[in-house]
Amino acid sequence: MRPKSDLPQGTLDLLILKIVALGPVHGYAITQRLQQVSRDVVQVPQGSLYPALHRLESRGLLAADWKETETGREAKFYRLTRKGRAQLESETASWQRLASAVGLILRLSEEGE
Amino acid sequence: MSRREDDLEKEVRFHLEQHIADLIAQGHDPAEARRLARIELGGEEQVKEACREVRSTRWLEDFSRDVRYALRTLRQKPGFAAVALMTLALGTGATTAMFTLIDGVLLRPFPYRDPHRLVLLREKTDWATAFGDLWSFSYPNYLDCKREVRALDLTAWTVMRGTISAPGAAAYANGVAVSAELFPMLGVKLALGRAFLPAEDRSGAAPVAILSFETWQRHFGGDAAAIGAPFVFDGRTYTVVGVTPAGFRFDDDEPALYTPIGQADSRRMQNREGHGFQVWARLRAGATIEQARTELAVVGKRLAEQYPKSNHGRTFIAEPLRPDVGDARETLWLLLGAVGLVLLIACTNVASLLLARAVSRERELAMRVALGASRSRLVRQCLTESAVLAIGGGIAGALLAWAVVRPFVTFWPGGLPRAEQVHLDWRVMLFALALSLASGLLFGIAPALRAPSRELEPALRAASRSVAGGSRRLHGIFVASEIALAVVLLVSAGMLARTMLRLSSLDPGVNIHNVLTARTALSPATLANPDRTRAAWDDLLDRARRVPGVEAIAMVDTVPMREGSNQIGYALSAAPVPEDKQPMVLANSVTPDYLKVTGIPLRSGRFLNEQDRKGTQSVAVIDEVMAREAFPGEDPVGKHIWIGIGQDPVTVVGVLGHVRQWGLAGDDQSKVRAQLYYPFAQVPDELVRRWSTLMSIAVRTSGDPLLLVEPLRREIRGATGDQVLYEVRTLEQLAQSSLARQRFLLLLFGAFAGLALLLACVGIYGVLA
Repeated sequence: MRPKSDLPQGTLDLLILKIVALGPVHGYAITQRLQQVSRDVVQVPQGSLYPALHRLESRGLLAADWKETETGREAKFYRLTRKGRAQLESETASWQRLASAVGLILRLSEEGE
Repeated sequence: MSRREDDLEKEVRFHLEQHIADLIAQGHDPAEARRLARIELGGEEQVKEACREVRSTRWLEDFSRDVRYALRTLRQKPGFAAVALMTLALGTGATTAMFTLIDGVLLRPFPYRDPHRLVLLREKTDWATAFGDLWSFSYPNYLDCKREVRALDLTAWTVMRGTISAPGAAAYANGVAVSAELFPMLGVKLALGRAFLPAEDRSGAAPVAILSFETWQRHFGGDAAAIGAPFVFDGRTYTVVGVTPAGFRFDDDEPALYTPIGQADSRRMQNREGHGFQVWARLRAGATIEQARTELAVVGKRLAEQYPKSNHGRTFIAEPLRPDVGDARETLWLLLGAVGLVLLIACTNVASLLLARAVSRERELAMRVALGASRSRLVRQCLTESAVLAIGGGIAGALLAWAVVRPFVTFWPGGLPRAEQVHLDWRVMLFALALSLASGLLFGIAPALRAPSRELEPALRAASRSVAGGSRRLHGIFVASEIALAVVLLVSAGMLARTMLRLSSLDPGVNIHNVLTARTALSPATLANPDRTRAAWDDLLDRARRVPGVEAIAMVDTVPMREGSNQIGYALSAAPVPEDKQPMVLANSVTPDYLKVTGIPLRSGRFLNEQDRKGTQSVAVIDEVMAREAFPGEDPVGKHIWIGIGQDPVTVVGVLGHVRQWGLAGDDQSKVRAQLYYPFAQVPDELVRRWSTLMSIAVRTSGDPLLLVEPLRREIRGATGDQVLYEVRTLEQLAQSSLARQRFLLLLFGAFAGLALLLACVGIYGVLA
């Protein structure tokens, strides 16, 4: 098992937005999804997930409704607002720019050796 | 609990239960699953607190919860709450009351339409007399400015005094002669009738008058038929055309009537050297006061060249029109300062009470930190508690201010200027609110910063602790500053008391016992020619002498210690001395019995007597101050002085003791103290009429002088029934009221100092107990 790495600052919001963009989902499912998708590489402390959700909600990027789960229990389902979708797009774009820039730099230094 | 809290609770619970269910499904036993789920979440309460923290409406929820919490803790300690609230109520109440006065008296503009565009115009000379370099206008100068200055609409007014003799009982009154444009300029809406027409504002027009609401009530019983009715003022019959609204004040006075200025005494109106006209103006639309000043300077320069005799070195200045409140300004700010100290003491007091309480609550606060409360959250809560306390105190203080402002205004010595403007309104309430919030912050910050941060253990472990370490030092600082502040006030009060004692032991220079003084208005009809006027005065004195209890009676133009003075320049040779270089003296025209009435000691020579009449040599008696100033080391008796250019010299025939003309308190500081008495009988014929409107009588009585007021009034009324006494005072009253301001200040400072001391004691007790 590879070592787990911490999330870079600010990326948690982006990941949450991305997961919520796939369809309404509750907090616990988000933690599960994060672990699955990242193949356990990304470790999200559950304690910081909920404050992040609430912060995104109060900024108007997420909206929430109480709905029944498949098991018949009431849970708080988050979904993306229009503002949230715009935010997701712009952040994704800038993340990709940054990632490719970092990748370029890393390749450069390898060639230099 | 709110729905929001419910939801948060449900959400976290759901998460835990799902997680636990999953863990069990993975093969953990239930207890282990529960433990793992909790660990991974990282503390249910902390997560919830962190979620609350990020909400945007968080502060509002916290605030309402904190307020409720604060109220609950205050209720639990009613003693603490009562002491703190009372202390704050006294502090903010006194400060708010003082601010109410300052707001009404100093900060509010005149209650006229658009008061910020009103301008006061004055003449200014490049040389100064004892009265300074600012002058009221002469009418010709006013007319020139009115014609030539484009930036302003000018109006003029001047005060007139006289007797209202019909209808109703005769009464002495102030009137104002005004330009027809003045009322429209101020935006005055008459209660009845109309404003003056331009055609009425010129000489030769039919005399018309606008009455004040009070005059209308007094002389016409409030009858609307007064419009068009005749009204006799100063011997002249006017037709009433209007009535001002009730409570209307002009230049912070309540004149009884208004007449068109253009109808006034035409000789004075044509004299470019005859000052005494006030000029008020309004900036025209779009014009600025700078434009007005530039234009006025141009007009002033031209007039100075054209009329060098009257206008040399003279120009015109403009400044925003503001109410003149005299020395009330200094007194009010001084009192606000004193009251501010009391408030500071009150704040310190409450701070030290809160600090003592904070120490005893240390464990509670530490517990809350352990349960996930952030430090900023606790600081906020402590501040909310002080704010709740402060606002409670502020409300009580505003009520207190509301209760004391009226009596305060009433007791202000000599009447507070602009008292009618003093009332509690939203500005004052805003002030009280800001004041209590500021003081809440002030006394809440020190205890709030004690909120524990990291080192919880010692706080939690200590079972109970007294004020210790840093808090003790802070308490010490509080107590020391309280005592220092109280001492400042006590010393001020003590110094005032010493001054007061010294002042009241001063000799006024006259025998103030059993002397009645009153301004006296002759029947207007007798003012027609000087001989008739002199005869009327002789008759009046004779009538008064017949009243039982009158020992002596004299006429005097400026009564000692009363407001008003007649300062003139004099010279010691016939050579003309420029006006601004002349020494000044307080001149007083009297009749021979004045010495008998007042008991002023005669130092040398003789006093005025019946032989000093019109046609005999002009004589005067001077006081010892003038003797020292004008004739140092010489005997003044027999010497000459010159008063007025081209006049015959006046022979000094005697020297009297000094009289504290400016009042017990004011005389030593006044610029002009020298005194000179001259016989009323020698007042030149052309001045007799003017002098007669200014004269008072002074009566020495065998018993209580106030008992003679009514008999004297009846006797003096005269054949026509329109001779009246007004401003009736005994010399004792005048001496008392000349110290009224000092006494008033002493009383207040004493009260503040006592209050401060009391608060400081409470504060010290609070710490030691």
